Amino acid sequence: MSGFLKSSIGRKVAMALSAFFLMFFLIIHLAVNITSIFSEDLFNKLSHFMGTNPLVQFALQPVLIFGVVFHFVMGFVLELRNRKAIGVSYAKNNGAANSSWMSRNMIYSGLVILAFLVLHFIDFWIPEINVKYIQGDMSGLVEETQDFRYYEELQHKFLSPLRVGAYVISFVLLALHLLHGFTSAFQSMGATAGRKKAMQTFGKIYAIAIPLGFIIVAVWHHFNHH
Amino acid sequence: MSVLDSKVPKGPIKDKWTTYKDKINLVNPANKRNIDVIVVGTGLAGGSAAATLAELGYNVKAFAYQDSPRRAHSIAAQGGINAAKNYQGDGDSTYRLFYDTVKGGDYRSREANVYRLAEVSANIIDQCVAQGVPFARDYGGLLDNRSFGGVLVSRTFYAKGQTGQQLLLGAYSAMNRQIARGKIQMYNRHEMLDVVKIDGKARGIIARNLITGEIERHSAHAVVIASGGYGNVYFLSTNAMGSNATAAWKIHKKGAFFANPCYTQIHPTCIPRSGDYQSKLTLMSESLRNDGRIWVPKNIKDAKAIQQGKLKPTQIAEEDRDYYLERRYPAFGNLVPRDVASRAAKERCDAGYGVNATGEAVYLDFASAIQRYGKEQAKIHGIKNPSKEKITELGEAIVEAKYGNLFQMYEKIVDENPYKTPMMIYPATHYTMGGVWVDYNLMTTVKGLYCIGEANFSDHGANRLGASALMQGLADGYFVLPYTIGDYLADEIRTGAIATDTKEFEEVESEVKERINFFINNKGSKSVDYFHKRLGKIMWDKVGMSRNEKGLKEAMAEIKALREEFWKEVKVPGKAEEMNPELEKAGRVADFLELGELFAKDALMREESCGGHFREESVELEGEQKGEAKRNDKEFAFVAAWEYKGEPADAVLHKEALEFNDIELKQRSYK
Amino acid sequence: MNLTLKIWRQKGPEDKGKLVDYKVNDISEHMSFLEMMDVLNEQLIEQGDEPVAFDHDCREGICGMCSMYINGEAHGPDRGVTTCQLHMRMFNDGDTIYIEPFRAAAFPVIKDLVVDRTAFERIQQAGGYISVNTSGNTQDANAIPISKHAADEAMDAATCIGCGACVATCKNSSAMLFVGAKVSQYALLPQGQVEAADRVRNMVAQMDLEGFGNCTNTGACEIECPKGISLENIARMNREFLSASFIDS
Repeated sequence: MSGFLKSSIGRKVAMALSAFFLMFFLIIHLAVNITSIFSEDLFNKLSHFMGTNPLVQFALQPVLIFGVVFHFVMGFVLELRNRKAIGVSYAKNNGAANSSWMSRNMIYSGLVILAFLVLHFIDFWIPEINVKYIQGDMSGLVEETQDFRYYEELQHKFLSPLRVGAYVISFVLLALHLLHGFTSAFQSMGATAGRKKAMQTFGKIYAIAIPLGFIIVAVWHHFNHH
Repeated sequence: MSVLDSKVPKGPIKDKWTTYKDKINLVNPANKRNIDVIVVGTGLAGGSAAATLAELGYNVKAFAYQDSPRRAHSIAAQGGINAAKNYQGDGDSTYRLFYDTVKGGDYRSREANVYRLAEVSANIIDQCVAQGVPFARDYGGLLDNRSFGGVLVSRTFYAKGQTGQQLLLGAYSAMNRQIARGKIQMYNRHEMLDVVKIDGKARGIIARNLITGEIERHSAHAVVIASGGYGNVYFLSTNAMGSNATAAWKIHKKGAFFANPCYTQIHPTCIPRSGDYQSKLTLMSESLRNDGRIWVPKNIKDAKAIQQGKLKPTQIAEEDRDYYLERRYPAFGNLVPRDVASRAAKERCDAGYGVNATGEAVYLDFASAIQRYGKEQAKIHGIKNPSKEKITELGEAIVEAKYGNLFQMYEKIVDENPYKTPMMIYPATHYTMGGVWVDYNLMTTVKGLYCIGEANFSDHGANRLGASALMQGLADGYFVLPYTIGDYLADEIRTGAIATDTKEFEEVESEVKERINFFINNKGSKSVDYFHKRLGKIMWDKVGMSRNEKGLKEAMAEIKALREEFWKEVKVPGKAEEMNPELEKAGRVADFLELGELFAKDALMREESCGGHFREESVELEGEQKGEAKRNDKEFAFVAAWEYKGEPADAVLHKEALEFNDIELKQRSYK
Repeated sequence: MNLTLKIWRQKGPEDKGKLVDYKVNDISEHMSFLEMMDVLNEQLIEQGDEPVAFDHDCREGICGMCSMYINGEAHGPDRGVTTCQLHMRMFNDGDTIYIEPFRAAAFPVIKDLVVDRTAFERIQQAGGYISVNTSGNTQDANAIPISKHAADEAMDAATCIGCGACVATCKNSSAMLFVGAKVSQYALLPQGQVEAADRVRNMVAQMDLEGFGNCTNTGACEIECPKGISLENIARMNREFLSASFIDS
């Protein structure tokens, strides 16, 4: 075990494990978001639960943040190491002949996702922290109407076409990231050939369905504002 | 009494090796630590020897001109490795393997050595399996065998079509283990350029670091040469581009006798040359002859039209085709031995019936096999009145299953689909049975200087059986040399480390440097390849598949003249103190230009036809065998060991009489 | 056909090196790529220039000596072949062909197109073997039956020729296909399992030490591998490494 995280394969595995965690989180996140299309009430209730439940807030949330930070930091560490391993670059390199664009540009799709996360934090997470832990308002209610504020805030955010555009682009990049990342994570964990085919299919479905779901939610709220 | 002492132990052939091993001198483990052994070449023989000697405790220094031992040309062997395991229960035994090898060698090998080879063959398989060599297995999980080269039993072990590769990687892995332990010092990209003798004993080598160009001295208590064969004397051969005779030739010049240089194996199923730029020839497994029919056009007019590209082989009617092997050898047909098939192809092409632009190719046609298999399959699948297309489709599937990889390789190289149009083949130099003379201990005529694998002469006689080259290389390296070298080294335990700052090392080093400087400074006008190609042409035309007195005499004179021209006109660009592939080639070709002449001289001396050596003057004059090779056991049942005396033409012949006590000499017949 | 070649020339490890343009004419489509290089070199020698140094030996696709990054791909645009088996019919009259050495920090250039691949040697020495001494008394070859499936899979892994195309192709210069193939061959055979944990740990440690990059599963190595070594071998190595790290330590 000693030095496991210093070894190349150890880091791959760590990268894959954090990816699994994040992919699982995406499912939960989307599941909550999707409800906003069908039921304002349910969405508000779920949001309030997620935002105030101590287990989620003080156990899962730090793990999630750690997972996100770890995945990004490790991604950069590996990228730097890999750049160093290349040495001199080719004058002519035909990467398209043997690999997908997604697989060769994980760092760039990752960077876009990082930029999105910054936006996302500014949009939702920082205001949340501000309201709940700095102003100490754990009620989740809008003062004037005494309704839950989550749905309102969500709708408000997707008013701006610019923001919706940024969201859509980010989620397209997330799809590209996942199109390679999903099966890659399994491969890193040593998944075998027998299961490979099914996994690839499932990976494709996941990589397209999840980001598409987020996009639908954003676009739906943009056009169905009330 | 000859100066040659083969040191074959007395006693019945079955007990010779066992009894000998029991009485041989051993070196105790503590003393082995103080003894150095140099191994030049890291193919099957050199690699296995280096690993085993290191396991025993000797300090080994191994040399390879490639960047890794794994790249030695043993890696290219396709077919398999023979071993008398009798796993198939088809009556195989040590004696049968021994018998087949001696007979296949046309009774020109040393009986005791061959018996020992057959004896240790089974150990090789055990050893390789223990090393993790993935031999082919059957569904029960046991090792699979196939029959090879027309013998009556299935004793060939194989790993797909890459047996040589897997065996070499096995030896390489054993070497790696010892390199990691520090018992082998590996010198990659180093070329041995001469041997150093002190008081008549081999004590080291001079080697060139091929990266820096530095000339290095390396000392040892014994030197083992495992540098492979000299097939590249023909320029075009199935050998690797770098395969060379320099180590073997340099030790010859320092006193090691060179035996039977004229014994060369020309393999019949190679892909023909397509133009003058051709750099090497590619072998296709001889198994193709099991189903392919060999032919050329019957009419010279058709042959000419084909050569000019005006006619396609598929347009020639059945009755206008000459299936010359089936015509000449009705009993064996297309399955005659390698040398017979090769010569017959040459005979047709020389008469003008060759079938590609160069006129040096014959057809290997699978059309009738495809039809035969197709009809069989139609029957098996219960298809009534199958269409011609259906039959062809079914037949092609069977042929693909059997030879798919070879067909694919052929198509990649020639760009023709061999399912639709006949393959073209032509013979090419493949293996050299001759080599440095060694005694039963594998020691040359120089004390402390050993020679193993293809580089020596001992086990294959005048012709090598299929799947026995790998066997010999590994037998020498794993199981023979590590014992026999102990007998010599037992007297070296008090010698101590051998200094390299002696006058002997200095002298040889300055000879080596002088020659390198000559090449670099020579203001010639022709590249090394220019001379190599010309040498190859002389060798192929006059010392090739069939030889006669007139041609051989001409060849000797032409090679000598070419050699003189070479030393005047050769042009080597670049510097000595850097990586310089042209300089490497120049040294190798200089040696080939000497070896080629001795080769012709040996062929001229041997006025008989035996194995790979066919003298047009020595053929059966009448009877069923009329026109076929005629061996002369009365006058030529000996090993011709040549002693260097300055010029190759002045070499002195020493004969080692061959005695066959356990085998009856027979003439081969394939009619 | 007539071609323009852009070839990497570098006098030695310390030299900076650059691409130099050459023209070759009347190239036959039947030539192999290396025979085309021979023609160029003969031309250069005649002109009094220094020929291009490149690695090559068997010229039948098995020794693994030849390298070259041709038009942006290891061993050129054809599949399942080494450079020596690449034929000029893959190119067209008037083409410009880029010819560069295999690139990786762990494969420093020695001269022109010749690179130093001894990093592979050291990885093999770290554990690419089964610790068995030579003796005439090793147990019989048939003493341990091995399923045909396992033997065939081991054979597929063992066909690696150690050319380094995987490293050269990989955008991260990762050597995992090469190491994975060797680890797999032994992991699949009962003979190799005794020291499997030590083997994978040591070989991976050496691979990292040599400065090869990390696998990001792009799959480019598998496509460019002249012997079609499967990515599956990397997955198997990952499993072996995981179990060696957590179970057998």
